[in-house]
Amino acid sequence: MVASSSSLKLQDLIQEIREAKTQAQEREVIQKECAHIRASFRDGDPLHRHRQLAKLLYVHLLGYPAHFGQMECLKLIASPRFTDKRVGYLGAMLLLDERQDAHLLITNSIKNDLSQGIQAVQGLALCTLSATGSAEMCRDLATEVEKLLLQPSAYVRKKAVLTAVHMIRKVPELSDIFLPPCAQLLHDDHHGILLGTTTLITELCERSPAALKHFRKMVPQLVHILRTLVTTGYSKEHSISGVSDPFLQVQILRLLRILGRNHEESSETMNDLLAQVATNTDTSRNAGNAVLFETVLTIMDIRSAAGLRVLAVNILGRFLLNTDRNIRYVALTSLLRLVQSDHSAVQRHRPTVVECLWEPDGSLSRRALELSLALVNSSNVQAMTQELQGFLESCPPDLQANCASGILLAAERFAPTKRWHIDTTLRVLTTAGTHVRDDAVANLTQLIGGAQELHAYSVRRLYSALAEDISQQPLVQVATWCIGEYGDLLLEGSCEETEPLQVEEEEVLALLERVLQSHMSLPATRGYALTALVKLSTRLRGDNNRIRQVVSIYRSCLDVELQQRAVEYNTLFRKYDHMRAAILEKIPLVERGGSQVDEEAKESKETAQLSEAAPVPTEPQASKLLDLLDLLDGPSGDAQHPPPLDPTPGGALIHLLNLPCAPPPPAPIPNLKVFEREGLQLDLSFVRPPGTPTLLLITVTATNTSGGDVTHFICQAAVPKSFQLQLQAPSGDTVPAQGGLPMTQLLRILNPKKAPLRLKLRLTYNHFGQSVQEIFEVNNLPVEAWQ
Amino acid sequence: GTLSYSLLYSQHASLYFCCAIGDQGNELITLEIIHHYVELLDKYFGSVCELDIIFNFEKAYFILDEFLLGGEVLETSKKNVLKAP
Repeated sequence: MVASSSSLKLQDLIQEIREAKTQAQEREVIQKECAHIRASFRDGDPLHRHRQLAKLLYVHLLGYPAHFGQMECLKLIASPRFTDKRVGYLGAMLLLDERQDAHLLITNSIKNDLSQGIQAVQGLALCTLSATGSAEMCRDLATEVEKLLLQPSAYVRKKAVLTAVHMIRKVPELSDIFLPPCAQLLHDDHHGILLGTTTLITELCERSPAALKHFRKMVPQLVHILRTLVTTGYSKEHSISGVSDPFLQVQILRLLRILGRNHEESSETMNDLLAQVATNTDTSRNAGNAVLFETVLTIMDIRSAAGLRVLAVNILGRFLLNTDRNIRYVALTSLLRLVQSDHSAVQRHRPTVVECLWEPDGSLSRRALELSLALVNSSNVQAMTQELQGFLESCPPDLQANCASGILLAAERFAPTKRWHIDTTLRVLTTAGTHVRDDAVANLTQLIGGAQELHAYSVRRLYSALAEDISQQPLVQVATWCIGEYGDLLLEGSCEETEPLQVEEEEVLALLERVLQSHMSLPATRGYALTALVKLSTRLRGDNNRIRQVVSIYRSCLDVELQQRAVEYNTLFRKYDHMRAAILEKIPLVERGGSQVDEEAKESKETAQLSEAAPVPTEPQASKLLDLLDLLDGPSGDAQHPPPLDPTPGGALIHLLNLPCAPPPPAPIPNLKVFEREGLQLDLSFVRPPGTPTLLLITVTATNTSGGDVTHFICQAAVPKSFQLQLQAPSGDTVPAQGGLPMTQLLRILNPKKAPLRLKLRLTYNHFGQSVQEIFEVNNLPVEAWQ
Repeated sequence: GTLSYSLLYSQHASLYFCCAIGDQGNELITLEIIHHYVELLDKYFGSVCELDIIFNFEKAYFILDEFLLGGEVLETSKKNVLKAP
């Protein structure tokens, strides 16, 4: 170890620091040395000052404080010795950035050094200026730098040019000074100067549209320079991997891009050259590919010919096959930018892009996924979805969400058939159920609900999927909803599109109960399951004891939502059993956006006695409504075109909000049997909702105990003029034989005058091969129905 | 506006060189820049290794300053860079 009093050489200090075995030891060595350095600075030893500073800079590189060396930098810069200046300027660049107070003090030294004639010194000054020059310094020294642009020495000129670039970045107004010399500089032979000038012009053009216009004149010259580089100039000293000065090529290409943007004429001038560079550049090494890449970027940005654009995209496609990952990365990012504007060109490379999905590198596979999703269109959707599904099954978790939503979105936009759509969504839910977006459940139920022909198919597939796995919540939710809605289809008959599946009622109930009890089920899911169970009470033929039991149990469930549902359903069983069928009818198709389908008017054209339906007027009488109300009073049921019938498969439109919830009305109105013929029986049940004293709800229930089905059943009603009647769509038009599922229909009657109720019914149907029509007035209507 | 940078790095033997470029950058040419600098060091030191740079850090800076200036490429000829003072 060297004695601590004498000054260490730089190398020795470095050695000593590296020999320290612990952080603490290193700190000790450094602190000791810094004390020496400080002392030396105080004493003002000019001979060793540069060495002391060098040591300090090393220490600074390691992260230790070195601010006390700042003033020494100034002194060294001011010294006449070159070695001093060099270290001093280096120190200034490392220690004296703009934030330091002493920063400005170097301005004068720089000024002096710029104007004295020694190249090396001028070089140092320019270097420091361009590395740390503040705006103020740049303003001060701009003219000095301008002078140097005309210096005979290429060494100085090239540095001056780049310094000018820095100055413009700091003080844009200086552009005026540095614009004029550019023209001449562009004629220089020296590559460094050409490079610097091109950079300078680029900078000028980016900041000023006027400069841009001015320099467009130089496009031919730039083209010439680049062409020379590419074709003839094999300058060994500038060649990298067989490519002539790729740095200069790239810079010129970048400038051409700016000049050609949105400018037809310039773009034309460059066209041939770009094609030449694109086809002739050697692509075996990165240098060539770098030039090629810049060419592609330029082609895509200017007004290039269509053929050229395709060429560019194809180059990117080739990049995708390159073994170098960086090049593949760059290609994917660029293709992503281009996929909207040049869709068909990019489409051609779809297979390669899809290959990239399987990249082990995450940043590549992510971009490949994004690009693949952007390339899906109606003609390739099935093939692409297949690929993407495969990817979904094995991709890392952080990409699953994107992939799943992407597939679902693509399916939504381009599904060739509804069945395919359902299948695809089902597969996504089974594979990556936990990662799908929240609206996937809603979308799927919407989709299934709207595809009547696929109800049987859907419910079977969902049942099978659910039986296998009850953990994926979105899937479970959709499946339970479906089973609840279409449970009858699940049990009866067979569906050609799926394998024959024999399902027993008990199995279905058991499955739903499993879902209900499973700890994997979210509260919302359990809600679905409970509701599904209750719905099944009307769909299944067996007795409902098991269902009623389950519902009963959940009345004391800790989850408040479930508890409330259970209580309500329980009440439904006990007190409102006559309404259960109506309430649990199939849900009508919900409009996208969640709004409940409004009650629709149903009109009959048949006879004069029948009332028109009109929506309950909540708003002030508009003139349109007046027409309808007139019809209401008049006995003439005239030929107004009926609004389209509710498209849902026999769904009864029930405004659940209007039906009584928990608290029961004062006393239930007794049911009334109004019609009976050959086994077909019609019953009426009455409800007066407590909040609306003028409203009466009548449910017509048709049951058939005969041996033959009743088909084409239509029930129409008429009431006196002061009443308003609304017939809702019946649950069906068939009343199956042998006490099959009853048909129900809801009548809404508004009785604002509280007049005595009179009701006439007209029935038409087929029974035992005969068509029947019956018209009759309902007698013995209970007074509670209208008082 | 806020600037966003890309960080590029390149490995040569046991040496890692890291570089930040703005969003206008051509990443591939930046990799060339790094590679070029390493070759310069190689030529100067004769097959450069970590210790060369540590013990001669100021020279590494001086060479860099002949190659890049103000963040832009200054001189593309290796010969010119290495013969500078």
